[in-house]
Amino acid sequence: MKKGLMSQPILEMRGVSKSFFGMKALRDVDLTAYPGEVHAVMGENGAGKSTLMKVLSGAYRPDPGGEIRIDGKAARIDGPLAGRAAGISIIYQELSLAPNLTVAENIYLGRETSRSGLIARASMRESVFPMLARLGADFAPDTLVGDLSIGRQQLVEIARALAAKSKILIMDEPTTALSAGEAERLFALIQQLRADGLAILYISHRMDEIYRLADRVTVLRDGSLVGSLDRTQIKAETIIRMMVGRDVSSFYKKEHDPRAVRGRPVLSVVDVADGKRVKGCSLTVHAGEVLGLAGLVGAGRTELAHLIFGAAAMTSGEIRLENRPIEIGSPHEALENGIAYLTEDRKAFGLFLDMSCLYNINLGVLGRDASLGGVMNRQKARERARNAFSSLSIRAPGPQVTAGSLSGGNQQKVLLSRLLAASPKVLILDEPTRGVDVGAKSEIYTIIDNLAKAGVAILVISSDLPEVIGICDRVLVMKAGRIAGEAAPQTASPLTQENIMRLATGTGELDAA
Amino acid sequence: MPHESSPPRDAVPASVERSVAATTRSSEEVKRQRAQVFIRAVGMLPVLVLLCIAFHFLSDGRFFTGQNLGIVLQQAAVNTVLAAGMTFVILTGGIDLSVGSILAVSAMAGLTLSKVPGLAEFWLPVSVLAGLAFGLVNGALIAALRLPPFIVTLGSLTAVRGIARLIGADTTVFNPSIPFAFIGNGSLTLIPGVISIPWLSVVALLVILASWFVLRRTVLGVHIYAVGGNESAARLAGIKVWAVILFVYGVSGLLAGLGGAMQAARLYAANGLQLGQSYELDAITAVILGGTSFVGGIGSIWGTLVGALIIAVLSNGLILTGVSDVWQYVIKGLVIIGAVALDRYRLHASART
Repeated sequence: MKKGLMSQPILEMRGVSKSFFGMKALRDVDLTAYPGEVHAVMGENGAGKSTLMKVLSGAYRPDPGGEIRIDGKAARIDGPLAGRAAGISIIYQELSLAPNLTVAENIYLGRETSRSGLIARASMRESVFPMLARLGADFAPDTLVGDLSIGRQQLVEIARALAAKSKILIMDEPTTALSAGEAERLFALIQQLRADGLAILYISHRMDEIYRLADRVTVLRDGSLVGSLDRTQIKAETIIRMMVGRDVSSFYKKEHDPRAVRGRPVLSVVDVADGKRVKGCSLTVHAGEVLGLAGLVGAGRTELAHLIFGAAAMTSGEIRLENRPIEIGSPHEALENGIAYLTEDRKAFGLFLDMSCLYNINLGVLGRDASLGGVMNRQKARERARNAFSSLSIRAPGPQVTAGSLSGGNQQKVLLSRLLAASPKVLILDEPTRGVDVGAKSEIYTIIDNLAKAGVAILVISSDLPEVIGICDRVLVMKAGRIAGEAAPQTASPLTQENIMRLATGTGELDAA
Repeated sequence: MPHESSPPRDAVPASVERSVAATTRSSEEVKRQRAQVFIRAVGMLPVLVLLCIAFHFLSDGRFFTGQNLGIVLQQAAVNTVLAAGMTFVILTGGIDLSVGSILAVSAMAGLTLSKVPGLAEFWLPVSVLAGLAFGLVNGALIAALRLPPFIVTLGSLTAVRGIARLIGADTTVFNPSIPFAFIGNGSLTLIPGVISIPWLSVVALLVILASWFVLRRTVLGVHIYAVGGNESAARLAGIKVWAVILFVYGVSGLLAGLGGAMQAARLYAANGLQLGQSYELDAITAVILGGTSFVGGIGSIWGTLVGALIIAVLSNGLILTGVSDVWQYVIKGLVIIGAVALDRYRLHASART
């Protein structure tokens, strides 16, 4: 448990930069890690944490000029294998295991021991036993990884790192997909690994985890290093100010009428289920209201949104729009009913990266604007794109450039303008500020607030608790496919992070803060 | 452009910084993207020009003659029509392997009907519609049953070929007095005695123009690019993806049917076994040479025209220079591989994070 600050650093990064097509994702970043310490790396989405970690693990090649030293020796990490050879292992948010292979096979993936060209399956199995025992795993080396829970799969990832004799372990938001109990076990394991002398770079947004685990915190913002804090200096306000770059009080915007929560109901969801992840959910969004939907990853929030939007089929329940029951069989029908949905993954499910912003913005309304025979009204499309550019302050050379060439925040605004072009009555925003820089974030909050003022019923799904609290009138919390409860100001269940987390995890108290 | 440097509304220092950076980057970005679009559009045109010049010298000046150019255009016509349909399909990220077989079945159906007294005049629309029907079957299987296009059209490549042989009882059908034969062999005279264009080429050009209009000026065209660019996003954006899929395979079938009619009018005959064998490969090659991405979403019909012309020039030039039939196969095959390598290279060059 001793911080090894006196000892030789295991990792030193000096002036490391990484740019993509002229955009600096990392700017002259220095980072030092010692054996036997948990070093938390924090920053807003898009601050460069993941880029930094990918440079370390060899997934990205840094720009020339910087220096990475491991154990005092200059290291050249020019590929994932080089990263592993240098003693760096990374455990990604999305686990990178092969579900169709066994635990032992995954642990040795890419480094299979062989005897005269044949895989030495038995000896691999044997050597895995003590590793699993050390991690407190309760499964056998022959288990298929696909049959394990996410938490146990994570143990396999860690075992793989240990098998590779890693000295530096990078964990990228390891608790996002874990249950409270699994997270608890992970924390104990991290403390054990620290005692064993590993250096752990720990990326997380959760303040309670940082308090609990971190020996040091380094904060990044817009790709640059803001500073590092020692354990005694760690305070939530200090870290947030470092991450955001200014006081957060003016950051969120909630100026629309708070009485909207008792206003005219626009969208009502009654007992909707899909037979899988969503197990009977009811909620009502009123005109001019911003309703939050919080919960852990995997609680079924996105799945519920997909049911409302017709992107997935529901097995039971009813959706009512302005007090009339409606049938929604496809996104097309949802849009015709005035329900718009902003996807949580704009690159995979939202934007057409190779198409111009002009078409990305107009795609939903091209048919409505077209003249006979479906001939496009290009004049109108150009006007609409220009208006969207100025009213949402999209910063791009012009509507004719491809959506893929914009930054995350501007991409999100392009996608948002497509939804707004159809003047929806109901707007479902799934993680509206994910991967968006801080400046664009506050702009998106303003847009959401203005839409609420204009009477749009808005449902915001978000894992970012300060955000949900900052912009929503009230928040429903989902847990395991059901609505676990509501948090609203001036009620017995107040609109606080602690209360939302309590509902989301179903546990009594958090020993945080 | 006013939006280039639109000032941030609230005093956020970070975004001021960003917008300044964006403005300085912006003109470069526009230029870069324009250059990219230009390269994609023009793409293989220089190759086409170079090939023509090279063959002209290698064949002792026999390439650039009015008669030979007429032959090249005529030979390019049917493949151009098939490749235009293939462009629609590949733009959605699909593939249509059955066009050669559909061409054969349409020609067989048309020729057979042209021998029926009283109905002979209808052979042309019937062969085109026969192509459409088979294309729609492909599209329905792919859109409704969600089967992979490669598998579906590989199946119909074989099955439709069988139907083509059935129609003529596995013989060659002749009709020396087929109506509208001028389409296959006549020319449209623009300046008497100086310039005349084979009707086959006129049809091909009209198909290209119509395709351009649909792809670039209609909502459907944008939806085709959207489905190819990101099918999930297209569905979530409210596009009826199934309708787009059905349309592109319908178009591909329809144009294969038109190609069959063109062949029938040109040859006065069709054989269900031989006609249109491996035409799908030439059509796919033309599309890929034209810069259309094999994964969909990127490409242009003009590129396809250039691609089809390259193939025709290559065939014609290799014959003019006396390259043996065997080597023609080898060279054309290498061109296909080179084209796909080029496609990969382009994808790589325009890759983003």
